[in-house]
Order: sequence, then structure tokens, then C-alpha cells
Amino acid sequence: MTDKILIADDEPNILISLEYLMKREGFEVHLARDGNEALAVLQRERPRLVLLDVMMPHKSGFEVCQALRADEALKHTLVLMLSAKGRETDIAKGRAMGADAYMTKPFSTKDLVLAVRSLLERPQ
Amino acid sequence: MRRDTGLLRAMVLAGLAAFALLALYTLAVGALLGSSLAPDAQALLGTALGTRWPLLVMACLALAALVAWAVQPLVRRWATAPARLLEEAQVLLRTDAQRSLRSDDGAPVVQALARMLNELAQQRDQLRQDMAAQVAQASHGVAQERNRLAALMSELTQSVVVCNLDGRILLYNNRARMQFRALSAAPQLADGAELIGLGRSVYAVFDRKLVAHALDSVQQRLQRGAPHPSAQFVTTTRSGQLLRVQLAPVRAVADGGAEGMPADAAQALSGFVLMLDNITRAYEDEAAQERLLHGLTEGSRGALANLQAAAEMLDDPGLPPGLHDRFVGVIREESQAMGRRLNALASQNAQGLATRWPLEEMLGTDFLQAARQRIGQTTGLRTSVLAQDEALWLKLDSFALLQCLGYLAQRLHGEFEIKALHLRLQAAGGQRAHLDLVWTGHAMSTETVVSWEMDPLAAGQETSSLTVRDVVQRHGGEFWFERDRARHQAFFRFLLPLAPQAEQDQRDAAALPGDSRPEYYDFDLFANTESSHALDERRLVDLTFTVFDTETTGLNPAGGDEIIQVGATRLLHGRLLRGECFDQLVDPRRDIPAAGIPIHGITPGMVAGKPDIRSVLPAFHAFAQDTVLVAHNAAFDMRFLQLKEKATGLRFEQPVLDTLLLSAVVHPNQESHRLEAIAERLSIAVVGRHTALGDALVTAEVFQKLIPLLAEMGIHTLGQAREAAQKTYYARLKY
Repeated sequence: MTDKILIADDEPNILISLEYLMKREGFEVHLARDGNEALAVLQRERPRLVLLDVMMPHKSGFEVCQALRADEALKHTLVLMLSAKGRETDIAKGRAMGADAYMTKPFSTKDLVLAVRSLLERPQ
Repeated sequence: MRRDTGLLRAMVLAGLAAFALLALYTLAVGALLGSSLAPDAQALLGTALGTRWPLLVMACLALAALVAWAVQPLVRRWATAPARLLEEAQVLLRTDAQRSLRSDDGAPVVQALARMLNELAQQRDQLRQDMAAQVAQASHGVAQERNRLAALMSELTQSVVVCNLDGRILLYNNRARMQFRALSAAPQLADGAELIGLGRSVYAVFDRKLVAHALDSVQQRLQRGAPHPSAQFVTTTRSGQLLRVQLAPVRAVADGGAEGMPADAAQALSGFVLMLDNITRAYEDEAAQERLLHGLTEGSRGALANLQAAAEMLDDPGLPPGLHDRFVGVIREESQAMGRRLNALASQNAQGLATRWPLEEMLGTDFLQAARQRIGQTTGLRTSVLAQDEALWLKLDSFALLQCLGYLAQRLHGEFEIKALHLRLQAAGGQRAHLDLVWTGHAMSTETVVSWEMDPLAAGQETSSLTVRDVVQRHGGEFWFERDRARHQAFFRFLLPLAPQAEQDQRDAAALPGDSRPEYYDFDLFANTESSHALDERRLVDLTFTVFDTETTGLNPAGGDEIIQVGATRLLHGRLLRGECFDQLVDPRRDIPAAGIPIHGITPGMVAGKPDIRSVLPAFHAFAQDTVLVAHNAAFDMRFLQLKEKATGLRFEQPVLDTLLLSAVVHPNQESHRLEAIAERLSIAVVGRHTALGDALVTAEVFQKLIPLLAEMGIHTLGQAREAAQKTYYARLKY
């Protein structure tokens, strides 16, 4: 069965690339353009993994992550944070909010695919 | 005269005593003789003597006088002379009159005694003189040390304020004064003198709790035995400035010396030192740098991610053609947006990008002077200055820049045989200056310039790992070679930063001549604690006074007359602080009657554009804070101030002393208590009369001289002075 993935980012220019990339890798891809939409899609589609941008309108990636972990039905969703905030403190915060992995922009798409795969193959 | 009557009395007494003795003796002899005679012989003798008894008495008296006369020198030598000597010795003991005792008419022993007393007195005088000399020397030494300290402080570029435990300022330096001026809410009015001044509370500027907290942590460190206990805090002032304050303790000096002192005594504080650093600009610079860095990193990360992802998708051989164009579109769009953002950031932060190397501020002419010396030392060439802007302040690493100039001069001299070099310094616009090293003739290739720029600096024996380029980078500047064909000249040009204008102004203000330095300290404040007495019970010599005067459009405040000038000075511990004055013209918002102009000399033109009383009074109120007000005929000036209470919301509630009334207390029988008359009586030179500040200064000097005169009358405290003034005749006249 193909895994469902949600990509939440407010930048259309990255969404287009990530959507193509993840589809090529054989995932079922859903998109969200802000924090609220991300939570809504999460509830509706229950993806296994979400690529979550930190800086989004309405709700930041941190907030989405926190809400998701507090929700019984969603809390096992895998979270890979993508962020332009590259300081150690930001990464520490992302981890604390419950992210399973944190990648700083820019990143190589190859690394991203590897990170996604390794998260999905991790024993639960 | 007294001695003569004494002598006379002694002689009379001696005569009478001798007479009485003789009379008794004669009577006794008579009685004895009589008892041994037969009764008829007794009768015969009785009749024989009976009629002649006056003769007998006369004989006795004569004999007595003779005895008295004979005894008189003895009395003088043995009784009078010692008594006189005793009196004189008592005078000598009780006063410090210098006189030698004599006793020429005394017995030899008495004379010797007088000589001995003289020697003792001489010894005593000598001792006294020695002691006085030692005391004078010691206090001269102390005064000298204090002056030296104050001189040292005033030269420091760090601003230093020393306070006692009550937060009263007892020493400050020029730099601190400048910094406080920047903190003042009305700098052009009170010039910061309402904030910094001897005896003023530092809590007017700093939050008391903040200082208390810092003092607490210093105490804790002291108790822990920390070697350098000090605390630091950053605070924003009312005017929005950011100050970094370092607080160090002033420990009480124990009388008995440090050894064997109990730990508590060693830790007792008697005050604290504040070292202030205005970090407003540094902080703003840093924040700007931070923003720039942030904009460049995080602002670019997102865009780069978009670019990289799109580029990597383009590598996919199976990419459908429609998507291919969209990815290319993403790349174009993102790279253009990034270029725009970068340009915007760079132009915003052109100044902020300046290097962080600590640069000093130096007057351009001073630097040129040093550069000529340096070039002279390294090459032996004489240099001239072609042009210089006099008032340019550069921001320099002067040592490294001088090395550069020496190095370049040496290479020009050595490799191109240049015989004459010139310097030129000119403003270049945009907070920068051109410093040129000019010579005639010989041009050089770009390659040579670059190699000179990149070679390590070496001049004479000195070598350095730095290059011209390094030094230029330190200044955030530039360096190039240029030719002036018209004049057959060539030059190296350094583009160097200027010191910011605000700092230049401050420096110029600081450079104003002023002899006020010695007034920047008053160590007696260490011993002062204010909580000890209510104001009325405090002695006049211990108080701080604001002596002020106003000039007005007329004499009738209720009838619409207004203040046109306020002048004030401060008196602390009986010392006149001429360096801490308030002097301000006031726009009365009405005409100035021509009749008054010859008196106060203030014309409508002079007050035009000056602040009005509503902005001057708050500054003066702050200036006079925590002090006792003094004025000549104070009721008049106070009336003007009181009529403004409603308009300004400010009340002058502190006690007021009136030199007119105090003069009447001291000299009740004098006819005039006008300021001039008193000044003349107390021999005070009157300068600048009838300006508010001039009169305030005269009044202050008058008051200064009245204090000891009042003390002679037993008037020591503020309360006593106020009471005495109320009782004078003048006080009963209502203005």
C-alpha cells in the first residue's frame, strides 16, 4: 500500500518541486498552504508522514506539530520539519515540539527522500 | 596703676601692722614695768607719761613708718613680684600671646623662676608651631592628592561618578557630565546640571532599586571574599538612552589599619563608584548587524531551497515538458527575487557593514602632525601639508595607519627616489574623509600598487604581519592610486571614516575652556548621611543651597509682569560651585517695558525664540531639587514662582532663606540691606550685576559670608536661621 504524505508549506515554488518529487517516489501526496489547512488535511486524510514548514500563516509549523501530538488520533503521525530557521535553538525547539526529524533549508532533494524513507521504515 | 595701688596698700598695711605691734609691745613693756614698780613710783610715772602720751604714740608711729619703709623692698621682692609673675604666667597659659615674663624687681629666685617660665613658654610655642606646620603639610598633601585624583578623573574618557551610600554624588568627571547632558530631558535648558552635580542624588537618573540590587550583589561578593567585587547592569533612561553601568564598591577605610580588622569592618561600604557607558549606538549598530545577518541567512534559506529543489527536479530525465517550464520559471523568479533582496539589504546596511575593529577618534590635524613625524623618522624626508580641513575628527586605528604611511613613504623614497612628500586631508562627503599621500611626477602601474598593497608592512627595523589592505579593511575604508595630470602629481588615497557628528559636537562642548575641574568633588559627602536629621535641625554648613535670582519685566507679578531671566548657582558645604550654574533667558510672551531695559539689559530681541516659562520652570525645578532656596529679597522672586504654580503644576516647596533678612539679623543697625551695600560691607567684588546669574553669584557669596557671622550669634541650623530672619524688622514688612 502506498503511504500518504502531507506537504505543508506556504511557498508555491517549493510545493511544486516537493509534490513532483514525492509523487515520483511513489507516495500519495496531499498539499496544505497554511497551518490551519494542514491540520484539516491531517484530520481528513490521516497521512503517515507530514513535511512541515515552520513559517506558515495562521499557524506555524511548531503549533501544528504541538496540536498534532496532543491529538490521540494523530499523535503517531511522523513529522519532518523543514525550516529556514537554521539556528541550534530553532532545531532544539522543533525537537521539543515533537518533530521526528528537522531539515534546514536549503536541502538536497536526495537527502530529503532518504530522510523520509528512513522515517517510514523505522520500526514503530 | 593697679600695681601702684597694690603696693601702696601693702605698705599701709605693713605700717599699720608694725604700729599695732609696737603699740602692743609698748603697752606690754609698760605693764611689765608698772608691775615691778612701787605704787607711788607707778603714780609718778603715770603723771610723767600721762601728759606726754601723744609723744609716745608719735614715736611709735614714726618707728612703725620707719619699719614699714625698711620692709617695703622686701615685700616688693618677696611678695609683690611673685604675685605679679603669677598673674602674667596665667595670662600666658590661657592665651597664646607671645610675650616674655620679667621680674626685674623680684628676688633672684623669683627672677630665675621667670626665666624658667619663659623657657617653658617658648618650648610650648615651638611645639605648637611644629604641630601647626605638620597639620598644614598633611592637609596640603591631602588636598594635593585629591586635586590630582580629580585631575586624573577629568581626563578619563570613561565616565565616572562616585556616590556615598545615599546616592549623593561626591565626585564626577567631565565625561560623566557630558553623558548626563545626553540624558537630560531638557539639555539645552539646564545643560544636564539638574542631573549631575555635587550632592545631587544619582537616583534622579537611575532607578534606586536597580542600584540597590547591584549594591546587594556587591555585598554578597564581598562577603564571599571575591577579589574584585563589582556589579553591572544595563538600564534605559527616561530619554531612551541605553546605559551600561558598572558599579564598584568604595570600602570604608578603617582607622587602625587593615591588619587584625574584623571581617565586617573590612566589608563596610561607604559609597560606590559608577562607571557609565552609553551603549545606545553600539547596541543599535549591533542590532542592525544582527538584522543584516538574519536577512542574509534566514531570508535566503527559503529561496535557496526553492531553487535547489527546482534545479534538482530539472535533472529528472522523465520530467514532462509542461513541468519542465514551470521549474525553470521557479528558478528565474527566485533568483531575481534574491538579487533584489540582497541589493536592498546591502544599501540599507552600507554603514552597518563597517568592520568591528575598535577605532579611536582623533582630530585630523593631530593625525597629520603625527604622520609627518613618522615619515620623517622612516625616510628622513620632510613632508608638508597641502590642505587640511581643520575640524575633521577621524575614526582611526592611528598606530596601524601611521605604519602604512611610513611604509609607503619608504618604498616611494627607496624605489622611486621620491624626494618630497605631501599630505592632504579633506572631507569626502558621506561621513568619510580622503587622506592623500602626494608626490610630484612618477606614476606607477596597477601591478605595483597591488603588490605594495599586499606586501607586509615593513618600515625601518619594524616589520608587521599586516598589509596596507588589512589596515584599510580595519577602517572599513578603501585605498587606491590616482594621478592628477594637470599638476603632474600622483597620490595614494585612503578613504577613511569620520567620527559621527553627535560625538564631534560633544567633544567640542567638552573642549570649551572651563576652570571648573576642582569643583567636581567633595569627599566630605562620604561622612554625610541625610536621614540623620530633619532639615530644620541640620546645620547650615551641611546643607546644599540653590542661590537664585530672576530678572522680570516689572515689579508687579499680579499685574502681569513676567520673568525674563533665571540664574542660579549652588552652594554645597559652604563651597560655591561656579561650575554648576543655571542661566536661562525666558520669553515672557509680552513686551518688555523700555524703562527696565537699562537695568537688566535684556531687550525683546534677546528673548525672542527663547523657551517660555512653562518649559524653563520645570528645568529650574529639577535644578533646585533637594536643596534649600536662597535669594536676596526672596519674597519677590518666590511670588513670581508661586504665580506660575498653576500653569506649570510645579510647586517650590523647599525651605527658603533670604539674604536680605539674614543680613538684617547680623547687622541690625545698618541702614541699607541692598545687595550692593551688603556686598560692599562684606568686601565682595561685584561682577556682572543685574544679570540673573551675576546677581545669584553675588547673593551666593554674600550668603557664604553670612553663615559664619550667623554662627557667631549662635545661629547654626536652618531652623534657627529661619526663626531669626522672621524676627527682623524687615520680615514684618509685607512685600
